[in-house]
Amino acid sequence: MAARTPLYEKHVAAGARMVEFGGFDMPLQYSTIRDEHIAVRTRCGLFDLSHMGEVRFSGEGALEAVQHLVTNDVSRLEVGGALYGVMCNEEGGIVDDVVVYRDPGGYMVVINAACRAKDIAWMRGHTEDVTFDDLSDTLALLAVQGPRAVEVVSRLCADEVTDVRPFHFKDTAVAGVHAAVSRTGYTGEDGFELYVDAPDASGLWDTLLEAGAADGLVPCGLGARDTLRLEAGLRLYGQDMDDRTDPYSCALGWTVKPQKGEFIGSDALARLDPKRPPRRFVGIELQGRAIARHGQRVLVEGQEAGEVTSGTYSFTLDHSIATASLNGDVPVDALLSVDIRGTVAAASVVPLPFYRRPKGA
Amino acid sequence: MADLSNYRFTASHEWVRAEGSNATIGISDHAQAELGDVIFLDLPEVGATVKAGAKFGAIESVKAASDLYSPVGGVVAEVNAALTDHPELVNSDPYGEGWLLRLESATDDGGDLLDDAGYAKLVGA
Repeated sequence: MAARTPLYEKHVAAGARMVEFGGFDMPLQYSTIRDEHIAVRTRCGLFDLSHMGEVRFSGEGALEAVQHLVTNDVSRLEVGGALYGVMCNEEGGIVDDVVVYRDPGGYMVVINAACRAKDIAWMRGHTEDVTFDDLSDTLALLAVQGPRAVEVVSRLCADEVTDVRPFHFKDTAVAGVHAAVSRTGYTGEDGFELYVDAPDASGLWDTLLEAGAADGLVPCGLGARDTLRLEAGLRLYGQDMDDRTDPYSCALGWTVKPQKGEFIGSDALARLDPKRPPRRFVGIELQGRAIARHGQRVLVEGQEAGEVTSGTYSFTLDHSIATASLNGDVPVDALLSVDIRGTVAAASVVPLPFYRRPKGA
Repeated sequence: MADLSNYRFTASHEWVRAEGSNATIGISDHAQAELGDVIFLDLPEVGATVKAGAKFGAIESVKAASDLYSPVGGVVAEVNAALTDHPELVNSDPYGEGWLLRLESATDDGGDLLDDAGYAKLVGA
């Protein structure tokens, strides 16, 4: 049976359509994916992300352990900072993509729900002499995202949080509940992610919805989360990358810092040319509305040249968008098409992200 | 709740409403709910012939793509043009504004279609 987050009862009571994701019974949508997507782009939305896992390394050896596991340079993190990166295996394939937070006593690594067991086994097998706690069941994670999100959350906080910079967090109280208030997200909008103790999640959920009602805050499910993240050009583990994908091949080379010294996979990654990786990760736009989906073939002159990793209909741009993994030898100016259920649809390569929020919004 | 007494359903979740020798075709409320946000419809052109039980097009939602099968045979007289820009009508009004095709010279080969009660039983409604 699928696991439940502390907010499961709230989702069911609100009439959400539920779906299994990463081993959890999660809300796919409360109203429609379109309405929830537009709410986040224009006002704000509330997400339950408590399925995500959290592992904390603390005490002596914590920095060394996380540096060894993650490709990015965690030593650059100041207390109160957050950093995106990936964990690689010895072959340079991606075990998971993670966000690392530094607090005064250690480092918290946020991992994907579907990867939790695998990641924890991996971390145990590849670190020693370090204190390591799986906090996944003790923490809940709520995200408030959208142009009104900062306003809604800051009204409820004991301390000023409007000054928390992107990829930083502050420990404070939100509506009387202790929380790490993080200026991060997976939607392409401004907003916060709130890490709270699991028993506090349900009360905070109700308080946020009530406090944000006048700003148009609505609960949002994983359906909108997926369409939003894809417009924002963000990867989804298991779909856009897996343990056979190196970071360069999915355009995450910027998270690899060879100059920081040895880490798991550093030897294998050093043998790759970051400018000419085995595969090329691109954004594509399609004419019309037919959706290119994960695993569909990308063609160049009728020949297989790669595959779609993620695709959806962009409610913001009003056409079909996708990301694709191309064979490394496909020329940059090649004319691409996608075999969508037997119909060949022309596709053009566009820069990622597909959507960038307006400046000052 | 719409009055569905003159609708007949396929086990693949399409409906047909006969009007003399003409027939209107759509998908059921259950089908639209299962699909979620409808994004795109691939429908035949006016003048095309469709056959009872045969694939005549496809419907795509954010979640999935699904083939469409005709409850009856006939010649396509009209395609719901509103769906080109507003495919979400299939979600909001599957038995009315969200219709897909109008057929003429419709031929019901009988047998397999379900009435409202039979369909409701099939989908556990």
